[in-house]
Amino acid sequence: MFPFLTVLIALPAVGAAVLWALPTQARGRVREIAIGFTAVELILAAVMFLQFDRDAAGTFQFAETHSWIPQIGTSWALGVNGIGLSMVILAVILTPLAILAGWREDRDVKKRTNYLALILLSQAFMVGIFVARDVFLFYVMFEAMLIPLYFLIGMFGGLQRRYAAVKFLIFSLVGGLIMLVGVIALYFQGPGGPQGFLTDNLTGIDFSTTTERLIFLAFFLAFAIKAPMFPVHTWLPDVAETARVGTTALLVAVLDKIGTFGMLTLCLVLFPDAARWAAPVIIVFAVISVLYGALLAIGQENMLRLVSFTSISHFGIMVLGIFAFQQTSIEGASLYMFNHGLSTGALFFVVGFLIARRGSANISDFGGLQKVVPVLAGTFLIIGMSALALPGLSPFISEIMVLVGAWGAVPVAVAFATVGVVLAAVYILWMYQRVFTGPTAKGLKKTRELTLRERLVAWPLIGLMLILGFFPAIAINYLREPAQDIVSIVSVEEAGS
Amino acid sequence: MTFVTPTIEWAPLIPMMIVLGAAALGVLLEAIIRTPATRRVVQFILSIAALLVAAGAAVLQWATLDGAGTIVMNGMITVDRQSLLWQIIILLFGIFGAMLFASRTSAGESAFTPLGASVPGSQDETIARRKGFELTEVFPLALFAVGGMMLFTSVTDFIFLFVALEVFSLPLYIMVAVSRRRRLLSHEASLKYFLLGAFSSAFYLFGAALLYGATGQSSYEGVALVVQQTASTDPLLLTGAVMVIVGLLFKLGAVPFHSWTPDAYQGAPTPVTAFMAAATKAAAAAALLRIVYTTFYTLGWELSWLFWAVAIASMVLGTVVALVQTDIKRMLAYSSIAHAGFILVAFGGFSSQALSALPVYLVTYGVATIGAFAVVTQVRERTEDGSIGGEATRLGQWAGLGKRSPLLAGAMALFLLSFAGIPLTAGFIGKFQAFSAAIDGGAWVLVLIAVLASAASVFFYVRLIILMFFTDVPEGAEEAVEVDHSPLARAVVVLTMILVLVLGIVPGWFLDAANNAAVLLIGVAG
Repeated sequence: MFPFLTVLIALPAVGAAVLWALPTQARGRVREIAIGFTAVELILAAVMFLQFDRDAAGTFQFAETHSWIPQIGTSWALGVNGIGLSMVILAVILTPLAILAGWREDRDVKKRTNYLALILLSQAFMVGIFVARDVFLFYVMFEAMLIPLYFLIGMFGGLQRRYAAVKFLIFSLVGGLIMLVGVIALYFQGPGGPQGFLTDNLTGIDFSTTTERLIFLAFFLAFAIKAPMFPVHTWLPDVAETARVGTTALLVAVLDKIGTFGMLTLCLVLFPDAARWAAPVIIVFAVISVLYGALLAIGQENMLRLVSFTSISHFGIMVLGIFAFQQTSIEGASLYMFNHGLSTGALFFVVGFLIARRGSANISDFGGLQKVVPVLAGTFLIIGMSALALPGLSPFISEIMVLVGAWGAVPVAVAFATVGVVLAAVYILWMYQRVFTGPTAKGLKKTRELTLRERLVAWPLIGLMLILGFFPAIAINYLREPAQDIVSIVSVEEAGS
Repeated sequence: MTFVTPTIEWAPLIPMMIVLGAAALGVLLEAIIRTPATRRVVQFILSIAALLVAAGAAVLQWATLDGAGTIVMNGMITVDRQSLLWQIIILLFGIFGAMLFASRTSAGESAFTPLGASVPGSQDETIARRKGFELTEVFPLALFAVGGMMLFTSVTDFIFLFVALEVFSLPLYIMVAVSRRRRLLSHEASLKYFLLGAFSSAFYLFGAALLYGATGQSSYEGVALVVQQTASTDPLLLTGAVMVIVGLLFKLGAVPFHSWTPDAYQGAPTPVTAFMAAATKAAAAAALLRIVYTTFYTLGWELSWLFWAVAIASMVLGTVVALVQTDIKRMLAYSSIAHAGFILVAFGGFSSQALSALPVYLVTYGVATIGAFAVVTQVRERTEDGSIGGEATRLGQWAGLGKRSPLLAGAMALFLLSFAGIPLTAGFIGKFQAFSAAIDGGAWVLVLIAVLASAASVFFYVRLIILMFFTDVPEGAEEAVEVDHSPLARAVVVLTMILVLVLGIVPGWFLDAANNAAVLLIGVAG
């Protein structure tokens, strides 16, 4: 069978190498080459999506297992179930859009090449993480990914970029290295041998209670930092504010999903007892994230910071869904991971369009744009509505599934989280009001309308959100079985409900 | 008492004999060949040839090793796979070192003073430089050091270990002192290194004497047998053991026995620093490993506090002090102290996994270290007349190196990431193995401290990356720094880069070798 997953990982990496290998004179068309690679990647992923057997969405399909470093028990083991598939699709959709959105950012060809090559390299690692079936491989991708991202943040972006890059790196590394202790300890708990890191071989280990809890915490901390959960979220607003919009969109929309993805597919599956033990505390933090993110979003003056705080709030809802251990809530959380990617990615892109026009991300620098650029305003409004979970747009259904699903298990937490959903209306609509309504601000009278390129970035995402908003079953069919499997593992003792 | 001539099996000693023989020959050549330029070429070829042939012989022995190995001279030397692996590692570092020693800037300068005996700044020095003198003694000296280190990894007798210790230390003291530039600093470094080295030798020797007093034995095996039989721990024995270990910790550069490291690293000619940083640590770790796992294994519980305390102190102090360094060689020196701590973490669990983990750690560390210092030799100041001057070791001078030389800056970034233990570089595999060994022995608290220290250490590694890639060359300083293009140093950079990537991505073959080597011929563990 065609090794889809290896190719999906290798192709962007090859693309990055090609870009760097091009002689300077031949770099005139680097953007087209980069888009070309991501387009081929998208087509490949689409073919894979069509060949994916939906009736067996809970099993790992397109599985490949090759021996990599048998001496330490790790294999090049790949495979996707429904959840992994949805994340891969999200990654391959958003990467070309991010490149397209930043089409005009660099005049310097060398700089442009570096940027695009790093984006492609991150894509390779993103895909790799979502399809790894080996804990060591997952870890390697998880950590190695920091390097292209670190350069993406530190080399391109605003004034504070170096500070933001180091903050991002240190936060991620602390989490990652503590997870490394867990990874090693996990291996010694497992069966060992040349395939001792395969997720399958590590599932259902009979731990002692303390060991399981400690290893769980080591993993969870890394994922909580990545997903940004309160109180380890502080790196995200700084990064979002200074990094390029394309980088931030990929980071928040796709990469941060590694946090929730890891919680779902590793924390819950490998350490079910410890997950149940920790769930009450985690849910409290999740609810704090929801409210705290929403409240701080309202107070933000910088649109990029604002959007990043909305994400912290939304990630709280996902974590709540995951740790409620209900079929519907976990389904909803996995669906939300996908929909939030579309919605936040789109939101960052349109904010980027606004910044490109004004040269500033401060809300107070805008005003009254509705009259000047109605299409841009409309696009912004629809995307904003998706972020506040308006029915008819796809985030709505996933948010409802999480809240309704979790109600049975943790009604109080859900009640508080629902307040966060209401607050979402405040921060989105208020931002819209200040940017687009009222008297047109000085110097904005001649603002350009949304260009064709920008429409090509934003509208496909809106289209997807509308389709999934009205026909969510398309996606849910892929997520139901994996969610069932996770629930059956994590609720063996009927605890938690 | 009659004196019995020991029978010596020469065959297992061939690699060491080749290196030490070539060293002796090199000393003779110093006297015979008069022309400096010829002498330099001949010495370089001799060194490289000797090291390569010795490495070939060691590999051949590895391949044809009969059983577990050979005990030579009634147990004074043991040649088993563990010792052969270390010998090959040290030979590899020796080859890289010799290439750096022979490297010359485009102005035709080597890293060494033309006349070591001349007073710095004197007429003699100027004359020697004008006449094109060359200090080619460094090649035989380096061979002696390599030979001594190889012996150091294979010795299984406390008294003979002292001989090996001195054989490799004395040449290093001289090599540290012969820097071409900033000679007074170099002399000072050498003096400090020598005094503290002598101090540590004394520690070691006293410890060995105490062990002999407690057990009446001088061989590792002999002492081991007594240690196993003693039910209650003898204070004499325990003191002796601690002092022997302390002597070796000096060579490893672990806190609180580290104070020579920054000065010696900074003052020594950078090629010497590269060689010394990689090879000395490897030799010291190998000897420590053999002693601990042969002799003191049953004392594990009594000794583990020592390893824990020194490991934690080294990691914390190395990391914290490295954060505030402004000189790149000193920064790398403090990073090496932190790495000494990580090396000791592998001992922390007293697990036999350390036997396979440490060769991996030391190779991954050593290769990146040599590569990093090789980069340092090529980033130069530009003198007023526009020619290439001394090394630009102030961190600020590295700003914008990514634009000047993407290859050097990229290589340096790779080495730094490897030091930091980022996956897909060699350093990650090394750390993974060392931490696995510790966790296998139940020392996960120590590992937790180690990972936090390595997260903190990322700060100063990354600081240099920021300088090289994210910072522009300061205004007006565009011409102050020059990148040198000496082919030999470039070759070292490229080779070490390749090794760092290969060991990071497909390390299986080397892990196999290390696993094969994880048995000591004489030993309690494993």
